[in-house]
Parts: sequence; structure tokens; C-alpha cells
Amino acid sequence: MASTLFDKIWNKHAVKSIPQGPSVLYIDKHFIHEVTSPQAFSGIEKRGLKVFRPKQVVATVDHNVPTIDQHLPIKEKLSRVQVQTIKENCVKHGIEFYGLDHPYQGIVHIIGPELGITQPGMTIVCGDSHTSTHGAFGTIAFGIGTSEVEMVFASQCLLQIKPKQMRININGTLNRGVVSKDIILYIISKITSGGATGHFVEFAGSVIRNLSMEARMTICNMSIEMGAKGGMIAPDKTTLDYLEGREFAPKGEEWKKKVQEWKQLKSDEDAVFDKELNIDAADIQPMITYGTNPGLGIAIDAMIPRTEAIADEGERRNLVKALEYMGLNAGQRLLGTPVQHVFIGSCTNSRIEDLRMVANVIKGKKKSDNVHVMIVPGSQQVAKQVYAEGLDKIFTEAGFEIRQPGCSACLGMNEDKIPAGEYCVSTSNRNFEGRQGAGARTLLASPLTAAAAALTGVVTDVRELMRSVIYGEGEE
Amino acid sequence: MEKINIIHSTFCPLQIENIDTDQIIPARFLKATTKDGFGKNLFRDWRYENDDETKPKAGFILNQPQYQGQILVAGKNFGCGSSREHAAWSLLDFGFKVIVSSHFADIFKSNALNNGVIPVQVSEPFLKKIFQFSHDATLTINLREQTITIDATGEYELFDINNYKKNCLLNGYDDIDYLISVKDEIEAFENRY
Repeated sequence: MASTLFDKIWNKHAVKSIPQGPSVLYIDKHFIHEVTSPQAFSGIEKRGLKVFRPKQVVATVDHNVPTIDQHLPIKEKLSRVQVQTIKENCVKHGIEFYGLDHPYQGIVHIIGPELGITQPGMTIVCGDSHTSTHGAFGTIAFGIGTSEVEMVFASQCLLQIKPKQMRININGTLNRGVVSKDIILYIISKITSGGATGHFVEFAGSVIRNLSMEARMTICNMSIEMGAKGGMIAPDKTTLDYLEGREFAPKGEEWKKKVQEWKQLKSDEDAVFDKELNIDAADIQPMITYGTNPGLGIAIDAMIPRTEAIADEGERRNLVKALEYMGLNAGQRLLGTPVQHVFIGSCTNSRIEDLRMVANVIKGKKKSDNVHVMIVPGSQQVAKQVYAEGLDKIFTEAGFEIRQPGCSACLGMNEDKIPAGEYCVSTSNRNFEGRQGAGARTLLASPLTAAAAALTGVVTDVRELMRSVIYGEGEE
Repeated sequence: MEKINIIHSTFCPLQIENIDTDQIIPARFLKATTKDGFGKNLFRDWRYENDDETKPKAGFILNQPQYQGQILVAGKNFGCGSSREHAAWSLLDFGFKVIVSSHFADIFKSNALNNGVIPVQVSEPFLKKIFQFSHDATLTINLREQTITIDATGEYELFDINNYKKNCLLNGYDDIDYLISVKDEIEAFENRY
């Protein structure tokens, strides 16, 4: 029978199936961070267990960490305790730990791929919903809760009911100024923030094939924002070129063997999906969100929908509530709206290509006086690259504040927060109420659109600034 | 885990869609290293003005004393967003044992089940019907029969739950108990993997 990419990986990892119940799914790699792991460690300890396969666990700290003065002790007590706790737990259980003083530290979904830990065909979990990022390599990767972290600690397995499957094909030619963040924001705006619930999504089509690995990661990263269990892309030459030579990627004969294996990782021609969606790249414009879930997005020059145009009572009520929180009006355009903050970072858009894209737009220019700009490389490795390429000079001269690696202002958990009532154009993944700080108003957009807002201090169509230069991404 | 079968209670209606886990428990409260005490920060920023516990927002349902009970009824796509299990812990700690909605986000659903909180998914019309009842109305959830009933009228709907998960809840077992029991098979799998 024809199988999908998902089926092939799932079947290889199914230890057994419970009749009328879930399967025992074997997990190859388990990433952990400081926020969702402590209760899982105490859970297994209460049961008198040790971590079953510590060599398959990789730990870092990202959510809580400050993004300045990382060499100093963490000021805030609770954050300090959490960071200390994961360190102690890792020592106790023999788990590789990339703490703040380690050159491999960074946002967990940035470091897995860049170190070559994430490899095609794997099953990968982490107590973090953006684990879907790793699907860009042709893996089954998904976020789990802390009880499930405990299960993987205890058995290297999870009980999972096989999800339904969806394929989203994106074909055609991308418009100028449109990058992978716009593609995924467009898709979510079409199918809503719950539109893929219960499904694992494979992204396919010529547009995806032409994207770089980093651009693909942005797309898979946000598949959770449409409710998907995870997102994935079949591995190809781009994947292999990215992986080869990375720290933990297989080497020599082992590499050759693996490459042969990975070449089988694609959906069969006649594989059937529960749902299939086709998207014409020409329909996608640079995107921005106006509401309080990632599905409430529009083309940068479009109007916010009129509430009376929405038939469903619940959705209408939601939109009214969202616009009230955002301080915006139905029917208005966002272009020209003053913003006080620009945040460039997060597991969605803090890789080197994202930062290069920003540098291209702002090179030799200065940010608007009215806006505070934070640019936060996703990992120590990305930060190192920023300095090696001299991008730091471009950012500093533009008046951007370069911070140290971490989740930063994506989630209002560490010191980096957006004040109540103020607007932030953010390259992160969630515009929920209070996500970037209580009362903060988030406008999600691509690194290009964020860079444009940084220069002008208002929501800006980056194509107006680009003129003849094309700042694409993923051109091989 | 505690055994669960029948829950009979008044309910708190929260007629809002797409309630994400950042609303259920904002990230700044995720710094604990234990599972206790999250209930006091449940829906923190919807419950209080300016994060001030002495200034409850009168309009918010959990601040209205007439609304009590072990059941939270919410609009569709409940629990979307972050995977934080703290959302399930805070609902449970506050006293909710059942969440009723017409659509649940996947990770939240697993987290709820793993903590003995039952996500009861009903049809959109049935949800609308529940919202029409006032604070003294009660609902009965019968897990064994997989039914949710509006007691005042006897109207009921069947809800879906995986058979394995249902048995876990009825018997108070959790997934870890099961996974540990099949460790030999997991090791055998590793050897042929």
C-alpha cells in the first residue's frame, strides 16, 4: 500500500499497538529545557526511576534566561532556580547539558538543527510546542506536555494515537518581498488557528523545494499555530547539504549509509492524505497579523475585515474582542500605524539567514527614533556568525540593540517584555493577549517587514523600501 | 491518579473561542519546579486589573460568586498554543475536573487526560445550548457511558474518548505505569532497530 512520509517514519518507530488504543512510539531524540522538565524529573524520581536513555536527551536553557550579561548570575530568583535545577538534574542523570556558559547554548529548536542532532527519519519530542520546527528535516517532531516528558524519561517512548494527515502543496512563483514567514502566516490565515488540529501536515510543492533549510524551519515551526500536531518536509539535496559536516551529523561510511536510507523518505506518488490543500504562491503577499491569534493575518496593504462581514457569531465576537485588545478598528489598514518596538528573534526567525535578511534591508540606514529594536540571535553559534560576518556593525550603526541568545521577548517570561498598550512588530510566532508582556500588542511579520518597520517607525510595506534590490531567501 | 467516572456539577460558562494556554496561565507563572499552586493564577490577566489580586475584574466569570462548579464550558479551540502542562495543572488546582468545548487543541487534550481532567468535546449546537442555561443549571458527565447531559432538560450528547484513555481514567492508571510494564518489549525493539 502506498504510504506517506509520515507513515514510513511512524511505522519504523511503532514498538507495538494497543488494540483500540494508542501505539507505543519510540523516540529517537528528546530535547529538554528548564521550564517544562523539573516536574518530570521529580516525577520519575518519585517512582524510583532513572532516565532510561540519557544519551538520547539533549538539554539547554532558553525560555527564562536573560539576554544581557549572561556571564553574571541570573538576577531573578525563580528563573535562577529553574536554570540551576535543570543543570543539577542533567548531572544526576548523565544528560548532555548546554548551559549559558556553553558555546552550543541557544533556543532549543535552533540548536538541534544547527548541531546536526536533528536528522531525517527521526522521531523528536520536546516539552515545547514549537518542536514542529525539526519536521523541516523530514522527521516526526512534536511538542509534548510535562507528563509526556516524564514518560520519555522513563521509557524513551510515548503512547500516541496516530493523527490524521494533511498535505499542503505550494506551487508557483513567490512575489517580491515574500519570504517563508509570509507563506506560513498566509496558510494559517486561510485555515485558521485550529484548522489543522488532529493532523500531521506535510508541506510540499515547488516553492517548498526551492526554500533553504532555514526557511523551511520557519514554516514547520509555525505549523502548531494552525493546530497541527506537527509539520514536515521530505528531505532532499538541500537537507543533505545543510547537514553534512555538522557536529553531530554522521560521518564517513555512516554518512553514506544514512544518505541511502534518507533517500527513501518521501510520500509515495499515490499516497492518500485525509486532507489536501493547494496554494498558489502568486496569491501570497507580505503578511502581518492584526489580532490575538496567528490566524488573524492579512496582506500588509489589506484592510482588517469588517466585523459585520463575519457570519459566525462566535468568530465575530472574537474579532471584536481581539480588536479591542489591539486598539485597532475593523476595516482599517495597518500601513502607517506607529509602532514602538520591533523584536527580531525567537525559534521562528533568529537564524543567520533571518538576520542577514534584516541586515540587507537596513544596511547603512538608521532606525526610526520612535522605535526600540531588539535583535536576538537564536543561539551562541548564530551570535558568533553575526560577529564573524560583521552584521553586528550594521545592526549597531542602525541603532538596534543586539542581545544574547534566548527566547527573549517572544513569551514574556524573562526580562525582555513589551510594555502594556504598546505595539511591537515581531518575527516571533504568537500574538496572543499578553504573550510579549501583559497588555502588549503584537503584530507578527517576517524579518523583512520587521526591518522595514524598524527604519520607518510605522507598519511599512517592505516592497516600498526594496526598489530594485531583491531580498529573497533560500536562493541556492 | 484518582479514579473518575461520574461528574455532576454546576458549570462556569466562558463563551470565548481560541482560548490559548497563555491566557489560562501566563508564562511569567511557569517558573515553579513543582506542580502545586497554579490555580491562583488561572486566567490571571482576565481575572485581575493590572495584575493586582485586590482588583478583580467584575465582568469575568470566575469572579462572579454565583458561578461555581467542577466544569468549565468554553468556546471552540480551547487550549491552543503553548504546550505548557501548567494550563492543565492550574485548571485542576482551581477545581475543574471537566472542560467542555466544541474543539480542543491536541497537546492540551493530552495534557488534560494525563492529569485526570476530562476534555468533553460536544457539537457546536449542543455547546450553544449549554450556554443558554444559567448559573444554577447542572451538567452530568458519565465517562463510562461517554455522555454529557443537561440535567434540567435531560438533553444529552455522546462524546468521543479513546477506549484506552477511558479505561485509564476509570481505573486511575497513567501512561507511565503502562510504559514501564512493557520495558522488555521496548528493549527488544531497540535491539532490532
